[in-house]
Amino acid sequence: MEPILKVENLVKRYAKRNLVGASQDFLALDGVSFTLTPGTTLAIVGESGSGKSTLASCIACLEPPSSGNLWFEGRNLAQSAERDLRDIRPKIQLIFPDPASSLNPRWNILDIVVEPLSLQLRFSRKERDLRAFVLLERVGLSADMAGRSAAELSGGQRQRLAIARALTLDPKILILDEALSALDCSVQAQIANLLLELQSAQGMTFLFITHDLAMAAHLADEIAVMSQGRIVEHAPSKKILRSPAHDATRQLLAAVPHLPHKPGPAIQP
Amino acid sequence: MASVLEVQNLQVSYWSHQRRSRPVLSGVSFDLMPGEILGVLGESGSGKSTLAASVLRLLPPNGHIGGGAVLFEGKNLMQANFGELRQIRGARVALIFQEPSLALHPTIRVGEQVRQVLAAHQQSRKLYLKERTREVFSQLFPQGPDRIMRSYPHQLSGGQRQRALIAQAIACNPTVLIADEPTAALDPVTQMEILGVFRELREKLGLALILITHNPALLNGFADRILVLYAGQVIEWGPAETLLRSPKHPYTKALLELLPEVSAATERNRRSSLPVIPGNSSPSSLPRKGCAFEPRCSVRMDACKELEPPLVTLGKTHLVSCFKYKE
Amino acid sequence: MRYLLRRLGHALFLVFGVSILAFLFTTLAPGNYFDEMRLNPQIAPETLVALRAQYQLDRPLPLRYASWLNSAMHGQMGFSFAYNAPVAPLLLVRARNTLLLTITATLLAWAIALPLGIWSAERLGRLPDRLIGWSTAILLVLPDLALALGLLVLAVRTHWFPTGGMASVGFESLSSFNKFRDLARHMTLSVAALVLSALPLLVRHVRAAVAEVLDAPFLLAAEGHGIPRFTLLYRYALPAAANPLVSLFGFSIGALLSGSLLIEVVMSWPGLGPFLLEAILARDIYVVIGGVLFSTIFLVVGNFLADILLYWIDPRIRTETPSA
Repeated sequence: MEPILKVENLVKRYAKRNLVGASQDFLALDGVSFTLTPGTTLAIVGESGSGKSTLASCIACLEPPSSGNLWFEGRNLAQSAERDLRDIRPKIQLIFPDPASSLNPRWNILDIVVEPLSLQLRFSRKERDLRAFVLLERVGLSADMAGRSAAELSGGQRQRLAIARALTLDPKILILDEALSALDCSVQAQIANLLLELQSAQGMTFLFITHDLAMAAHLADEIAVMSQGRIVEHAPSKKILRSPAHDATRQLLAAVPHLPHKPGPAIQP
Repeated sequence: MASVLEVQNLQVSYWSHQRRSRPVLSGVSFDLMPGEILGVLGESGSGKSTLAASVLRLLPPNGHIGGGAVLFEGKNLMQANFGELRQIRGARVALIFQEPSLALHPTIRVGEQVRQVLAAHQQSRKLYLKERTREVFSQLFPQGPDRIMRSYPHQLSGGQRQRALIAQAIACNPTVLIADEPTAALDPVTQMEILGVFRELREKLGLALILITHNPALLNGFADRILVLYAGQVIEWGPAETLLRSPKHPYTKALLELLPEVSAATERNRRSSLPVIPGNSSPSSLPRKGCAFEPRCSVRMDACKELEPPLVTLGKTHLVSCFKYKE
Repeated sequence: MRYLLRRLGHALFLVFGVSILAFLFTTLAPGNYFDEMRLNPQIAPETLVALRAQYQLDRPLPLRYASWLNSAMHGQMGFSFAYNAPVAPLLLVRARNTLLLTITATLLAWAIALPLGIWSAERLGRLPDRLIGWSTAILLVLPDLALALGLLVLAVRTHWFPTGGMASVGFESLSSFNKFRDLARHMTLSVAALVLSALPLLVRHVRAAVAEVLDAPFLLAAEGHGIPRFTLLYRYALPAAANPLVSLFGFSIGALLSGSLLIEVVMSWPGLGPFLLEAILARDIYVVIGGVLFSTIFLVVGNFLADILLYWIDPRIRTETPSA
């Protein structure tokens, strides 16, 4: 299938200044290339500082890459003007790790979901609200919660809300940057299921950025392992788990905490 | 053997804006043996962070200890006066807070922050404090303690910050260390490293550790005993091995069931959804009476709606609070 | 270092800009020094024209600015009509007196505001905090002028303090300790008025800044490590709250300086205030420009000091990290 996103040799360079003022280059992304097939999930895993989040913000057009190409819908986002990117941004949505800090706590839930639409001026107030209710329902927030403020929500509910808000603009790609890491295990499972549902119902494409290899393996078709700004291994999830080729992958695999085999038998009173 | 720390029937509540009090811990009891690693397992809202804070009476102004005792080496900390408390804090019982990026002072060098803890508890000469600080740092940063000591927190990586926090906590050789989600913000490789540090400290210094986390997998092979908190109550408590291999409480069972596993993922169909515990444990969705887990429980009975299940002892050391079990 | 150099560059540019503006406004203002003489029948119109030519008042503005700049470079800053002397030396004596007042008041105000604000923040919402809140509110609504006059009345009634000037008769014959004491006695009223006028704002800002960081996790952590209360407040909380306060410090120097000009007039302190007032009324333009420029330089130096302080306090500014 035709890839929805094609990343070619992406480089992001930061200038780090020392005390004297001489600049030292720091390569956050050092030639990253991959393609993303529509309707699938690619997990990007790696240690902190490996460049995962920089990659996310480059793809979401929040930061311009230093060089390389980002092909999306026939356009090269790496070379596009700010004016063109404004049309692109709604189509590539980014979900942040901490939903609390990316949602205005004073707004009520409906306002939060509606806001991206009201900026577009395409819909009437009624249409917007209707759409918002549908989306809230889809992410598992009941419509009667719409009047509550975001501050009243639990961590999992806030992340659901963030997803609903991202979905209002019908994005083609959803980038989840450590979107589950701050949540409790039981809530992680709920949101993971929600993501799987969205994918099978709507054919969403996910870029799942995480350091949790177990969750990556569960959600993703393919896993790309990043280390020091490069993708050092990129393969179908099963293959990565069965026969990791690179040291960084093996290291990550070894560090995943396990349970002692499977939980015990059913309840015997 | 006598325990170093004993928590008896601890009750803590928070005042809300409407001057109503909301219980956060309702009757938590456990003990900690010298050199033991106790894992406290709970999700947000279970009261696990409140537990850590209330042991040293570090609750926010709207927090209120309603009853119970915390015995440290025989002394009840809930009745200790402020001076006594200050001398125990950081010196005998040390606390490592969540979020290493927030728990260090942003504009003081980390070396100085550790030296301040030492200076708070020891009337020693400056030179000694300096030497001891360096000693603590070389324990945690075998390659190059000096560079780290001179650094400000923002110049360090997440793992290094966590180590600096540990340095602060162990500077005065405490007997008990309480760590609240010490690895939540770290990637798995660094997480393993930090757990390794704790294990080493236990062996070298013999300190007892309470590790608070939401991730049961983290405690496997690490904790000696595990205490499961749900809605401010102990619902299960037992040896880590037994509890992780054959959990008894429906909540613990479900929690262990839903974790995605690397090994399982290769066999389990990838797109299958994970088993979930329906609902959530936010204060507003808790029942007014009966078992707190009842609304989410898959094996609930009639009695669960009316009565609170008592803690029953299975075997010798495994406690569980559920009507499914009898002594 | 780049940060400080950049700040220094801004400062120099600012002084230059203000000199142009000051020149423009004072010369464009209606009237000049010789207008009053025109009404005097004893002075011939020809003499006036000659005088105007002598002081170059008849030349175009850019040329006058250029020649003024030239004289400023030579440390004269133009010529005073009233004193018939170069401006700079005249100003320097008065500026020294103003500076003495302003610096003393700034330091004193902060030395009082810091502990008071911290104390208030620590007891947020309790009696000491509320008392401080009320008294600062009263001071805040009281105009500076009323405050100064009130103090003056107090001094006149009680004879505790001298009510004008900066030295007693026979000052020169006193020993250096007694000179200091005499000066301090003369300064007391003016400094008190200045400190009282600046204090409420400072206390409130210190309180707000400290109260905000008191909830920070690292302070809770420090408390959990048994750090004593005093260290906690002054060694941990204050530096963390310092960022907005340092900016306020720069601002407070400016506020105290302009306040000082007024207070000097009321208290007859021989500083820039009365001198400038006199010069403005007489249209002694080069003195006015010089005075304005002096004040600007104080302000700029004050803010530059604040920048250095910030640089020193906050390592995050010192070790600038990546920007794209």
